[in-house]
Amino acid sequence: MNFETTIGLEVHVELKTKSKMFSPSPVAYGAESNVNTNVIDFGFPGVLPSVNKEGYRLGVMVALALNAQIEEHTHFDRKNYFYPDNPKAYQLTQHEKPLAHDGYIEIEVDGKKSKVGIEELHVEEDAGKNTHGNSGYSYVDLNRQGTPLIEIVSKADMHSPEEAYAYLEKLRQIVQFTGASDVKMEEGSMRVDTNISISPAGSDTYGTKVELKNLNSFNFVRLGLAYEEKRQAAIIKNGGTIGQETRRFDEKSGETVLMRVKSGADDYRYFPEPDLPKFSIDPSWIKQIKDELPEPAHERRVRYINELGIPEYDAGVLTDTKEMSDFFDATVDFGANPKLVSNWLMGEVNGYLNEKKLGLLETKLTPENLATMIKLISDGTISSKIAKKVFQETISNGTEPEGWVKEKGLVQESDPAVLKPMIMDILDNNQQSIDDFKNGKDRAVGFLIGQIMKQTHGQANPKVVNKILMEELNSR
Amino acid sequence: MNYLNETIDSLHEKLANKEITSKDLTQDTLKTINDSEDTYNAFVTVNKDAVKDAEKVDADGIKGSLSGIPIAIKDNILTDGLLTTASSKILSNFMPVYSATVVEKLKAAGAINAGKTNLDEFAMGSSTETSYYGTSHNAWDTTKVPGGSSGGSAAAVANGDVVAALGTDTGGSIRQPSAFNGIFGIKPTYGRVSRWGVIAFASSLDQVGVMSKRVEDSATVLSTIAGHDDHDSTSSNKEVPDYRANLNKDMTGIKIAVPKEFWHEGTNPELLKQIDATIETYKKLGATVEEVSLPTLKHAVEVYYVIASSEASSNLQRYDGVRYGFRAKDVKNIKELFVNSRSEGFGDEVKRRIMLGTFALSAGAYDAYFKKAAEVRTLFINEMSAVLDKYDLIAGPSTTTTAFGIGDKIDDPLAMYMNDILTIPANLAGLPAASVPAGLADGMPVGLQLIAKPFDEQTIFNAAYALQEENKFYEKIPTSLKGED
Repeated sequence: MNFETTIGLEVHVELKTKSKMFSPSPVAYGAESNVNTNVIDFGFPGVLPSVNKEGYRLGVMVALALNAQIEEHTHFDRKNYFYPDNPKAYQLTQHEKPLAHDGYIEIEVDGKKSKVGIEELHVEEDAGKNTHGNSGYSYVDLNRQGTPLIEIVSKADMHSPEEAYAYLEKLRQIVQFTGASDVKMEEGSMRVDTNISISPAGSDTYGTKVELKNLNSFNFVRLGLAYEEKRQAAIIKNGGTIGQETRRFDEKSGETVLMRVKSGADDYRYFPEPDLPKFSIDPSWIKQIKDELPEPAHERRVRYINELGIPEYDAGVLTDTKEMSDFFDATVDFGANPKLVSNWLMGEVNGYLNEKKLGLLETKLTPENLATMIKLISDGTISSKIAKKVFQETISNGTEPEGWVKEKGLVQESDPAVLKPMIMDILDNNQQSIDDFKNGKDRAVGFLIGQIMKQTHGQANPKVVNKILMEELNSR
Repeated sequence: MNYLNETIDSLHEKLANKEITSKDLTQDTLKTINDSEDTYNAFVTVNKDAVKDAEKVDADGIKGSLSGIPIAIKDNILTDGLLTTASSKILSNFMPVYSATVVEKLKAAGAINAGKTNLDEFAMGSSTETSYYGTSHNAWDTTKVPGGSSGGSAAAVANGDVVAALGTDTGGSIRQPSAFNGIFGIKPTYGRVSRWGVIAFASSLDQVGVMSKRVEDSATVLSTIAGHDDHDSTSSNKEVPDYRANLNKDMTGIKIAVPKEFWHEGTNPELLKQIDATIETYKKLGATVEEVSLPTLKHAVEVYYVIASSEASSNLQRYDGVRYGFRAKDVKNIKELFVNSRSEGFGDEVKRRIMLGTFALSAGAYDAYFKKAAEVRTLFINEMSAVLDKYDLIAGPSTTTTAFGIGDKIDDPLAMYMNDILTIPANLAGLPAASVPAGLADGMPVGLQLIAKPFDEQTIFNAAYALQEENKFYEKIPTSLKGED
C-alpha cells in the first residue's frame, strides 16, 4: 500500500517594529519580566488599542514579497479564549478579511521545481508567556504580549517533509530579505505549526489531519513530519484509523507525542473589534511599499553573477542570509574588489564565525574595515601573510587596518630603492648561490629570498624582491 | 449648602470674586453628600482627597468656569488612585493606575472630583438595583428607583449633592435616570468623547455624557470633556464648539420630527400628556412639528440586546482574577481560578448578559443573531438618518413610564429591557440625544427626549435650553427635599 502525503504549514513571524501592534510599549527580546508593558498590555479596565501603522506596513511588505493580493478594505477581529498569558481574554487578529491572500513561493527539491500556494496572511498580536515555578506558582510575563505577528498560512500543497523543509528555508529567506523580521527560530521570531495527513495513493479524498506542534527548528519539522508519515501509514496498514489530534515533537526521542484529541472545532467567537474602526488600504500606499521593497535574494544572486562576476555557487552562499549579502554589498560599495570580498567572506570570515560560533553582526568586523584591508592587500601595502594578522585584529577588536599596520610597522617594503641595495649586498656575499643558479639549481633562488626576508623581518614584498633578484641574477 | 439653586456660572462667580474658596465649597459638598447618603446611596466612594485637590486649585487661582467646582463621576470611569468598581464585586478592590481621558480633562480644567457614583453593575441595568453596593434612591420618591445605569449620578444631581455629574450611556443609561429624576442629561454623538479609561460595557454603543439640573451646566462640562483622543481610535477629530457660549433659545424655523412609534401603546398616558404639552410649547416657540415613522424601531430592543451583550461578553472576559480585582480563594487549578472568580465576582444580571452574548457569538448562532442584528442595525441607522436629513431634531418621550418602585421589575428582565426601547435608537445609530425635564406625571418627573444629527449637540442644547427657560422645571424641589433648609 502506497500513500500520498499532504502537508500544510502555518508560520508565525514576528514583525520588527519598535513598539507593539496595539500599544506603545517597546518590543525587545530578552528583557526582565513584565518590563516592556503598560496598562494596555495588562488588559486593564478601560484601555483601548491603537493600530501600529508600521507593523501593518511590514505585514504588507511580507505579503508583497510572497506575491499575495492585498485586501484593501479590512478590519481587526477579536478571537476569544481564556488563558493567563492572554490578558484581555481575546486576541486581536484578522479573521474575516486577512491582510492578503493567494500568494505563492517557488521551491526546489532534488532539482524539481514547484510552487507552494499561500492561502492567506494576517496581522495579529502575540500572547505573553507562562512559566511554571517550583513553588507551585505559575508566572505570567507579558513582555511579548502585543508583539506584532504575521501569520502565513500555506495551502496544503506540500507532499513530503523535504518540500516542507524547502518551503520554510525559502520563506525564511524571502522574509529576511524584506527586513520585516529577524526570522530566528531560536528567539521565537519565527514559529511553525504543521498539518499533515496521508491517504492511499490515487485516493481523491484527504486523510484525517493531524496537527504537529513544538517544532523548534526546520530540521525538527522535517524529522517530525517524517515520523508522522510512518506512524500514520503503520496505523492504516494495520486497519486502524487516524485520530483528529494535536501532537508535539519530542526532540530527544525523535518521536511525536499526543498532546490532545480534538473534539470538534474550537469556538473562538470571532467578531469585528468594535474598539478599532474598519480601515481601507490606499492603493498608492501599497504601490509605494512595493517600490521600496528591498532587492530579494534571487535578484541579488543574479546581479552578483552577471554584474560582479561572482561564481554561481559563491553567489548562492553570499545570498543565503540577508546579513551576509548586505555585508557583501556594503564592502563592495567601499570600493573593494567583489571577487576578493567574496573570497574573504566565504573563507576567513565564515571560518572565524564557525570557530567562534558567532553571527556576522556579532563580530566587530565592518564592511569599511574589510574593504580597507582588501585594498591594502591589492596595492601591495601588506602581504597576504600579514593580512591574516590584520584580519584577526579588525574582526576581534574593530581596529581600523590602515592605521594599525602603520603603527605596528607591518607595512610591506615594496620600494626597489630600499630593496635593491639589500639584494645586491646579499648577492655579493653569496657567490656560491649565484653559481648554483647558473648551473640550473633553482633551489638557490629560494635560499636567496629567504635571506632577504630574514633581513627585512618578512616585510619585503615578495613580488618586488623576486623581480629585482631575477634581474640581478641574470645580469651577473 | 446644597446646589439646588446653584449653577456652574453662579458658583464660578462666587469663586472668582473670592466670596468662597474651592476648599469651602468642597468641604460643604462632602458634608452634603455625607448627610444625604443614608437617604439616597448615590455614591460608592467619596473622594477623601477632594479638599486637598481644592486647596491646590485655590493656591493656583480660579481660572476657567469649572475651576474649583466639585463634580461627581460615575464609578465605571477610572480615577487614578481612587477606587473604581463599576459597582461590581469583581472590581470591589480595584485601584486604577491611570485616569480616564475625561477625568484628566476635568482635572486640567480645575474641576474637583467629589466622588464616584453608584450604577448598575457594569452599567447593565435600568435602576441601580444590580449594583453590588445596593440601590440608589429617587429624590422625588425614595421608595422608587433613580433609574439606571447612571442612577447614582442622577440622584446626586437631583438631591443637590453636586451641580453636575458624568454618566455613561450605552442604551439610555444617562437619559432614563435623568428623566426619572427631573434633570437634564445628554449622551453625545458616538466618538464625541473619548472612551479611554471608561470601563467598557458595549464598545460600539458606550459614550460618556453629562447630567445636571441646568442645560447650560451640561453644555459647559461637555465642551470640556469632548474632543479627539489619540488613545481612542473611535474618537472624532471634529472640532468641539463652546456649547455654553453658543446657546441660543430661538426655536424659529427648527424642524422637529415626532415618530409615531414613540407614542407606544404601553406608555403611561399621564406621561404622554406632559410630552404632548411640551411639543405644543415648541410649536408656540416657532418650531415646526411633523409626524414621521420609524418602522424598524420595533426591532430595536432585540438588536440592542444581541449587540450589546455580545460585545459585553467579550469585554468582560478580562475579569478573570489573574491580574487585578476579585480572586476566588482555595482554587485547585487555573480553570477553577477563572470559573470561581467569575462565578463569585459577577452578579446575576451581568452573568445573564454574558451568557446571552456568548451564545449570540458562538459558531452556530453567529449568523442568525450577531450578524443579523448588525444588519438590522444598519437598516435602522439609515432610517434614522433619512429622517434627520429632513429634520433638525427627533422628539418624543425619554421613557415609557416614570420611575418605578424599587423591586417592581428586578425579577422580570424582559420588562426591564423593554424599558429601554425609546433610548436605544440613539445608541444604535450613534446619534447625540438628551432628556430634558418636561413636567410631572402623578408627582414624578417626565423627560422629553431630543435626538439630533451626528455632532449636532448644539441644536439639542439650544432646544433644551428653550424649554428650560419656558417651564423653569429646575425651580421645582424634589419631594424628599421639601422642608429641608
